[in-house]
Amino acid sequence: MEKVLRMLEEIRPEFDFRNSSNFIQNGFLDSLDIITLVSMLDEYFHISINGTDIIPENFEDIESINKLILKGGGTL
Amino acid sequence: MNLTFQNKKITGILTVLPKNEVKFDDEASNYNFPIEKSLRLKKIMGYNKHRIVDEETCVSDLCAFGLEHLIESNLLKKDEIDALILVTQTPDHFIPPTSNIIQGRLGLKQDMICMDINQGCAGYLLGLIQAFMLLDQDSIKKVVLLNADVLSRKTSSKDRNSYPLVGDAASVTIVERGVQNVPIYCNIKMDGSKANSLIIPAGGLRMPSTPETSELEDPGDSNLRSKNDLIMDGTSVFNFVQTEVPPMVSDLFEMSKVNKDDVDYFMFHQPNRFMLEKLADSMEISYEKMPNNVVTNFGNSSSVTIPTTITFNLGEQLQYRSYKICLAGFGAGLTWSSMMIELGNLDFCYIIEY
Repeated sequence: MEKVLRMLEEIRPEFDFRNSSNFIQNGFLDSLDIITLVSMLDEYFHISINGTDIIPENFEDIESINKLILKGGGTL
Repeated sequence: MNLTFQNKKITGILTVLPKNEVKFDDEASNYNFPIEKSLRLKKIMGYNKHRIVDEETCVSDLCAFGLEHLIESNLLKKDEIDALILVTQTPDHFIPPTSNIIQGRLGLKQDMICMDINQGCAGYLLGLIQAFMLLDQDSIKKVVLLNADVLSRKTSSKDRNSYPLVGDAASVTIVERGVQNVPIYCNIKMDGSKANSLIIPAGGLRMPSTPETSELEDPGDSNLRSKNDLIMDGTSVFNFVQTEVPPMVSDLFEMSKVNKDDVDYFMFHQPNRFMLEKLADSMEISYEKMPNNVVTNFGNSSSVTIPTTITFNLGEQLQYRSYKICLAGFGAGLTWSSMMIELGNLDFCYIIEY
């Protein structure tokens, strides 16, 4: 979880991801931020998150992102 | 909709690229984003360099240049052209059709058909479908399919979502009758309910262009664009492609009775590197079989990306041998289409610069 939070902070350092559970609703991540995060997750966890799963709802909070990593065969 | 075509063949493909090459690194400061962030996206999306026309160059200029090159090289004879199809989203004028302008400029015969088709990233396949249908007429023996767009002129240079990806280009594809042992299989679908996913809102009659529609606005994502510019709902388009393209291609395998492993190349439209890699991953196709190097080298030129992918990656080989190739285009409309074709032994297959 810590690694994912650091990735999010690297992408958008101006936002407090640690105290939010509405990344999309709060405007913390736009579509290209999501693509950047997916690319970082794929590389770090040696997975390929399925293209059909790359929708804003799956990036709303840290738990949703963790589920994607696990679904792709990664280990947290 | 499934379509099958007998005894039709492509006999030549030429891509025309503007000489003017612009590098993303030189444009990164135009955008309202930290340079480091833009440079990270460069790697992921494949932003690198793109070909851009000057402010006066139109689609007819690129197409006429390509046709004149083929005629002067004795690869095409004027009086053999029975139909000229132009697929473009950036015509010279509302009236007349740009294909007629090209016909007049080249002095082609009057006894022929010219037609414009307004289609985007699926436009290569739609143009081929139209060419194949015309060739069922006894009086039509050779069709010239032109695909061309100068979309950089309708995209805000301060829109990092779209401008770094856009490239200008044209292609000339010769389509004729010919004995083919294997039919050409194709499927195509449309969904106009999502037409706003890729749109230039102003400039037509629904919203005429005015000084107000020319004003740059920030829609909330730090990109600046006007209503006269291309607007792409990136999330919606990405999800559409990932959801609709793999099952469409699976249906094509079934229809054509071709196994995935028997396809030599998957020459797909080139939206960006990330989207193509995700498609290849989900369809379990190697990146070698599905090239994704056109955006990086030339930019996304809508319906011209498929012929550009072919000429850039297989230009030399296709002049002396053939491959089983799966084509797929997807984009504005929304429109998506795929085609299984035996392509090769072409009279020409290369790129020239305008």
